[in-house]
Amino acid sequence: MNRSPGWTVALAIGLSVFLALGLSAALIAVTGFSPGAARTAIYTGSLGSAAAISSTLLYTAPLLLVALGTCVSSRAGVFNIGQEGQVLIGALAGAWVGLRLAIGGPVLQVLVLLAAAIGGGLWAGLSAVMYRWRGVNIVVSTLLMTFIAAQLIHFSVAMPWFLQQSRGTKLVVAAQSNQLPAGALLGSIGRYPNLQVNTGLLIAAGLTVMIAVALAHTRWGFQLKVVGLSPGAARHSGIRIARVSGLALVLSGAFSGLAGAVLLTSPIGTHRLQPGLSGSIGWDGLLVALVARNRPMLCVPIAFLFGVLRAGGNFLSATGVPFYLVDVVKSLLVLALVVPPVAAQEIDRRRLRRRLHGSGLAPVQGAG
Amino acid sequence: MNLVSSTEIVLSSGVRLAAPLAFAALGEYLAERAGCLNISIEAMMLGAAFGSVAVASTTGSATLGLLSGVVIGAVIALLHATLSHRAEINTFVVGLVLNALVLGLTSYLIATAQFDSHQVAQVSIPGLRDLPVIGPPLFVERWPAYLLLGLIPITWWLVERSRWGLELRAVGENPAAADVSGIRVNQRRRQALLWCGALAGLGGAYLAVGEVGSFTQNMTAGRGYLVIAAVIFGAWRLGRTLLGCALFGLVDALRLALPALGVTLNSQLLAAAPYLLALLAMLLFVAKSREPAALAQPFRRGAD
Repeated sequence: MNRSPGWTVALAIGLSVFLALGLSAALIAVTGFSPGAARTAIYTGSLGSAAAISSTLLYTAPLLLVALGTCVSSRAGVFNIGQEGQVLIGALAGAWVGLRLAIGGPVLQVLVLLAAAIGGGLWAGLSAVMYRWRGVNIVVSTLLMTFIAAQLIHFSVAMPWFLQQSRGTKLVVAAQSNQLPAGALLGSIGRYPNLQVNTGLLIAAGLTVMIAVALAHTRWGFQLKVVGLSPGAARHSGIRIARVSGLALVLSGAFSGLAGAVLLTSPIGTHRLQPGLSGSIGWDGLLVALVARNRPMLCVPIAFLFGVLRAGGNFLSATGVPFYLVDVVKSLLVLALVVPPVAAQEIDRRRLRRRLHGSGLAPVQGAG
Repeated sequence: MNLVSSTEIVLSSGVRLAAPLAFAALGEYLAERAGCLNISIEAMMLGAAFGSVAVASTTGSATLGLLSGVVIGAVIALLHATLSHRAEINTFVVGLVLNALVLGLTSYLIATAQFDSHQVAQVSIPGLRDLPVIGPPLFVERWPAYLLLGLIPITWWLVERSRWGLELRAVGENPAAADVSGIRVNQRRRQALLWCGALAGLGGAYLAVGEVGSFTQNMTAGRGYLVIAAVIFGAWRLGRTLLGCALFGLVDALRLALPALGVTLNSQLLAAAPYLLALLAMLLFVAKSREPAALAQPFRRGAD
């Protein structure tokens, strides 16, 4: 079978990316802004200075964590789309531990991260249980659980007995938690002029290597792959499918939960649990894994690219162009990166079918 | 405020909140019976809501806005169907990207543009509107709401009685068998998605130029996902799906009205209720056995 050579696919991706950027530029121009100025602003805000790069890296870490978890579950053929909810529940669990445990120092940091991972994992685990018990579709349940998680966060920061910030002398209390104690926050590693490398990024990078190695070289990684690609073969070879895929989903949730803790404790936000804390990091992390086709090492540059867009978008909105522009650019880029390889496969398949028809070797219609 | 008038207010607002869901649910119901779990219904509703306001503001006609909403919903559906059932990209991937794209695009455009407010006319049914309690909620509506009276039986007939619907259901239950009997599986699914897009577009446009008269950023705010929950809650039956929409609309109306009525009930619980109900329906009732057997499974000839 003649497959489209790799370079044609690469060329198609290049053209699509060019088209995506061109469409974005056209959109900017149509709405009365300057595409060149917008490009400069995104660059300045994301890569233009050490501070800008620091900000990009702060977004990269949680995106990468969510994407890694997604790689694990997708390998096992489990399509988890509830990362956004799992991120939020992770942040909720982390905030609860961080605000309630009266200890300090690195122990608290570790406990916050652990609690978040466990929280996200359990939340995803509920979907695994529902699938096991009643066959509830994983996509449906993880999707619905996302909206329940969002309301749970609203609830937790609206209830004084739960996580709502202390009233003090204020008449009106915002729907957010108290600030986490300094001991629970993730600091920077090393000292560089102006550049901050947060511990969260180090954790994400370490886990990337671990997951990449584990997926490629361990028995567990192989089991995941078999379960994902051929459940029938997995059953015959004695792999306990329910356990492997269920654990993959839980692990995916745990990674998302960890991302929630990183969002909470690294200097991106306000160190408070807030309903808008995630800012769609969960949805975006899922897209990162999709573009990287569930390869952990490929998630790194894609997560960085998404980080560039987020950090650049913040700077862009200061110049008057609405932040939402980067959401458009992001979605178009995802399409440009995802569509060509699949389209090429489809073209190959049709070409093969036509050739078989021509040579009289056509398989019986509908066979198989 | 007495009990009768407050019941009337909650009912009226419930009907208004349920109507956009009902339009979109008719589409999602049909698509799911054909095996398409269409999550880009959120994009279809949101894109149509924006487009209807933009067109209404440009042309000065709310009716033209409503129509263009239907067209925009169908165009998004065409894009989705081409990517997921021609190029065979995972349908959830397509849905997620389209949702992000439409949310980003409409948010960007509404932040850079100004639109006039237009709203379709209100029509009330003489006689019936004077009924106590249920009169105003059910018989004083923006006129497109009455389209539901026609679209519900049409959708039912299409799915349950027409040859096309029989083929759709076959495609949703057993695509391989349908394929062998000469039905073009992916073509039927693309057609189902188009119907879904047109109706979701009508729902989104109804929300914008029907109920509200303007567009705000992320106006649909997850109503598309609510519609998916309604179809699941309805166990893939039309009547129960619409009942789910009515219930979700009422719950939403209660959530908005309770503070004014001086009742304290947990508003977060009410906001989460539709999703909890959908999950409970799947867990507790016989919903599972009614799920189209090939729901959300892509079909490729000779793949298995």
